[in-house]
Amino acid sequence: MTGTICVLAEQWNGQISEVTYEALALGREVAGQLGVPLTAILTGSHSRELAAALGAADAVVYVDHPLLAEVIPQTCADALVQVLTGSRPRALLVPLTNISLGIGTLIGSRMGVPVVNFCTDIKVVDGKLAARCVLYGGKIEAMADAEAVPGLEPAVFGIWPGARPSDRGRIARPVPVTDAAVVLEGTRAIRLSKYIQPEAGDVDLTRQEVLVAVGRGIQDRANLEMAEELAKSLGGAVCGSRPVIDQGWLPLSRQVGKSGLTVKPKLYIALGISGAPEHVEGMKDSKLIIAVNSDPRAPIFNVAHYGILGDVLETLPALTAAVEARKTIAHHA
Amino acid sequence: MHVLVLLKMVPDVVEDLEIASDRRALDLDSLRMILSEPDDHALEQALLLKERLGAVVTVLALDAPEVDDALFTAAAKGADRVIKIVGMDAGATTRQAARCFSQVIADDTGIVPVDLILTGVQAIDDLDGLVAPLVADALHMPFLGIITGITLDASGTTAHVIKEFPGGVRGEFEIQLPAVLGIQAAERPPRYVPVAKVRAAMKSVAIECAQVPALADGGWPAVNVVEMKHNEPPAHAKMLDGTPDQVSDRVCGILAERAIF
Amino acid sequence: MRDALYLWILTVAAFGLFGRGVYRYLEVLASARPESRFDRVGERIKRLLVHVFGQPRLIEEPIIGFTHLAIFWAFVVFATGFFWNLVRGLFPFLPIPFADQVPFMRLALEAFGVLGLLALGVAAARRYIFPPDRLEQSRDAAIILSLIGIVLLSSLAGQWFGWRAMWWLHMITVLGFLAYLPYSKHLHLLAAPFGVFFGSLRRGTVPASSPGASRREEFTWRQLFSGLACAECGRCDRACPSFQGGFPLSPKMLMHHMKELVRGSADGQVDTRFVGEVVKREEIWACTTCLACMERCPVMNEHVPVLIEMRRHLVGEGDMDKSLQEALKNLNRYGNSLGAPPRARAKWTQQLDFPIKDARREPVQYLWFVGDYASYDPRVNSATCAAARVFHQAGLDFGILGDSEQNSGNDVRLAGEEGLYESLQEKNLRAFGKAHFQEIITTDPHSFQVLKHEYPATNGARLVRHHTQLFSDLILQDQLPLRRKLRMKVTYHDPCYLGRYNAIFNAPRRVLAALGLEVIEMPRNRTYSVCCGGGGGRIWMEDPPVFRERPAVSRIREAAALSNVQTLVVACPKDLVMFKDAIKTAGLEGRLEVKEISELVVQAMG
Repeated sequence: MTGTICVLAEQWNGQISEVTYEALALGREVAGQLGVPLTAILTGSHSRELAAALGAADAVVYVDHPLLAEVIPQTCADALVQVLTGSRPRALLVPLTNISLGIGTLIGSRMGVPVVNFCTDIKVVDGKLAARCVLYGGKIEAMADAEAVPGLEPAVFGIWPGARPSDRGRIARPVPVTDAAVVLEGTRAIRLSKYIQPEAGDVDLTRQEVLVAVGRGIQDRANLEMAEELAKSLGGAVCGSRPVIDQGWLPLSRQVGKSGLTVKPKLYIALGISGAPEHVEGMKDSKLIIAVNSDPRAPIFNVAHYGILGDVLETLPALTAAVEARKTIAHHA
Repeated sequence: MHVLVLLKMVPDVVEDLEIASDRRALDLDSLRMILSEPDDHALEQALLLKERLGAVVTVLALDAPEVDDALFTAAAKGADRVIKIVGMDAGATTRQAARCFSQVIADDTGIVPVDLILTGVQAIDDLDGLVAPLVADALHMPFLGIITGITLDASGTTAHVIKEFPGGVRGEFEIQLPAVLGIQAAERPPRYVPVAKVRAAMKSVAIECAQVPALADGGWPAVNVVEMKHNEPPAHAKMLDGTPDQVSDRVCGILAERAIF
Repeated sequence: MRDALYLWILTVAAFGLFGRGVYRYLEVLASARPESRFDRVGERIKRLLVHVFGQPRLIEEPIIGFTHLAIFWAFVVFATGFFWNLVRGLFPFLPIPFADQVPFMRLALEAFGVLGLLALGVAAARRYIFPPDRLEQSRDAAIILSLIGIVLLSSLAGQWFGWRAMWWLHMITVLGFLAYLPYSKHLHLLAAPFGVFFGSLRRGTVPASSPGASRREEFTWRQLFSGLACAECGRCDRACPSFQGGFPLSPKMLMHHMKELVRGSADGQVDTRFVGEVVKREEIWACTTCLACMERCPVMNEHVPVLIEMRRHLVGEGDMDKSLQEALKNLNRYGNSLGAPPRARAKWTQQLDFPIKDARREPVQYLWFVGDYASYDPRVNSATCAAARVFHQAGLDFGILGDSEQNSGNDVRLAGEEGLYESLQEKNLRAFGKAHFQEIITTDPHSFQVLKHEYPATNGARLVRHHTQLFSDLILQDQLPLRRKLRMKVTYHDPCYLGRYNAIFNAPRRVLAALGLEVIEMPRNRTYSVCCGGGGGRIWMEDPPVFRERPAVSRIREAAALSNVQTLVVACPKDLVMFKDAIKTAGLEGRLEVKEISELVVQAMG
């Protein structure tokens, strides 16, 4: 693995996660520019078959251990340090998600190597790796030199969701899998008791073609009705950003974003949603995004295809009315 | 039971941020600092444990502009002890901060023993690492992040915590104390404390100072920021102008084009 | 002699019970927080004479008002007669006649007896045959009507037919009533005059700084007293915009709760959960502090100070909805409730084609205190710019404080956050201290209220004027260059903080007339003006889950009911925001538009 670009593959719910594919796409590019192989590392217990999905990599290292059945950052870092110490890759790309958060930091500190978070791009500048990071809630872009001190490898890059389209990392190609053995202590200091599924809602957001999303700008629980009407008119469902779910106006099963669902509907209408990165990562791949917000500086306008600067409570009923009118015309036509 | 909360001040992004003249960092003079929001949640969670279990809460923060206000506010909310680490350079990175915290906790005989260390899961300026796992490793404690709920078992030696996963799924874990937890959200939103109480705390509470420890070299390889600028997003939405009715008509036109109707 | 003995026994018993009842109340009041209401005695006496003997506030509802006045006067005359007779009866050896043996007294007793009975008849007819919808039937009401009836009839019968039994019936009834008084709804007969005497001499006085109240002894004696003086007539409910809109607050019920609080303590109960269980949180937060209740109350009850004390208690516990919490946090940190960047506070001036002086850098005559909504809210910016244009074209030497200006703190105080109010005031005073100006003008009535009455005038005696006063004065001095007459019919909404709080009704109307506008008054105008619902911090709070109609919507409908009027004129930024929204809610776009007065002045200035 020496000198390679390495990607930490995540698994969730028996599948490789979306952000892994995004990281693989980015890793593929960097490896190509450097002319070195791309390796994926997958950890788990009895999940070797998932390695077949990592065709974007040139090789997969699979680490199996009962203690890796759930992702516990320190345990994971333990295993990865063992794998990486033997032959150190040049760079390790770690997805920054709820699943893997913390693993990159621990590897960095245990191996005494640099860590760079919030990466949305990695460039090769004068033969050295530099990361483009987005800090301060998305407001500031920083170019960080990750290889300032020679000899400290791997440089760990925390990859922010959205760095590359995930499709580019999904390559159906057979890939050689090697097994790596690790020794892990069963201290049992941390143990998973159980997973708690969100209450099964009547609606599976990930299967909806149209989503009407509400954020803080909806102002009042009572205004949800208007959003429901629009969703109904369009044959879709209502979902929300974290603040709306935290307020109890919508159940967890309707949350879109980092701790919620990732959706890719045909149409995503964002009403009164500011566009914080944690939400955007859950809907950025929607085919058509239309955002309504009264703040011209709202970051949602950077990800939406069309934007309406205005009062959500004025625009929403107008939209519903217009949609209903069109449907009536179409019906009679 | 003793709960320690680690606080960090971060730039307040409400005002426009300005870049320093060397274009490698923020212009610190032009900005205000605010308590990192997940840290505020960590404090709230600690106070909830105090209310429920009678825990003693100590707050440890790195010196920064406006940190005194944050510490007095914490004291007014119910923190039993507030300590400020002084002597650090401005613009310290997260790994430096974590190293500082760890060493002060280990060395200061007044802080240990600690049963639980709470801090925010992540801050907006955590470029080179996260505080919680670094402190956990340095103190040889178990760590979990993205925590939204904590209960203790009867013996007080194990905590049952809720961790957030994607898709609204949560995981319930058992973790042996002492442990470090990265808080995503407290079980209740951070409480409001009236200004009068904070002012009273300013008069009656003393912020203790701990000196920055002499840190052994080579703890962390620095990440070199080569350039910093405002983030210009690659694209911007095409804005639709007009009255709500006009705009809605145009939207319907677009939807029709895309065969969404 | 035996008569005298029986009378003595009855009298001692009655006065004893009466005294015991009153004493227990006094004990409770004495153990409450002190409050100074013993100043300016001359003014207080005058008020007492007007309101107790003239009852102008009761006569606002004429039928029952005059009826009540008649019963009251009958009561006064008969009380005089009663005590006269009592003294004579207890001390038979005194060389004075009985009251009804003196001709003028006899005549007075007969005349007022008949008047009183007629009035009783009207009252009874109203209560039992033609009751207004809101009238609650109660046993107490029946008792008092009967008692007064017996008192009057017995006296008249005694006088006309010389029946001694009637005399005894009369005395026993009155003594019985006296004994019953402290324990009944009619305590107000005794307490009301004291309520009037100890009433607040200045409208809208926020209670002196305190940590708030949730237990009986944490209120001041005057706040508790409101409960005792309350006759539960319901005028406050009828005036309250929240109550009329179906919001959780009933000022009358609040007074009832205060009465029970005092009574409960008087009976030795412990009131642990007065705030939260007896008086619900939604009630406490639903008040807009518009002062309509206190303006109408015939016994000068102080509903708003009571609510503010309870709000202070809730704030102290951090007990408030998230929206208010957010606003308070923003006010503390950024000096505005919107969480907007402080440095952008003067950005609205970029919309003008002339510069506005920075009062921190150069001396000005007028320091214009702009306010949060006027500075940041796009719905209000156009009005703010209009005011700037008027000032500019009138050649006024004015300037603003830019990002040194903080929210004035008026509504923060009314929301119960005393400490934050003090902090905002300090910051503003520091900014004032660094600037040089002769007078403060403001386009915001809320800021006007607190700047004029609560901020110390650090630069000697400082003048504060609202811009309608300034325009009015300029017009009177011929210094406002108006070029056109706007021939339109408009209606004008009196903002709470100009109108009821400060009695500024004529200045805005004078301005509108000078512009050539014909002001058609809404039925509820001047002190009857209906609050837009945004005061008292309510504009920062969430709506309750259930309510009928927002006050602003009701007011818009009232304006729209005036045919030929298409413009509602306001003089407050919150009114502008609330009414613009209400027009949409009511679906009246196109029928009615809201204009801030400055916008019309600019039009008339050409």
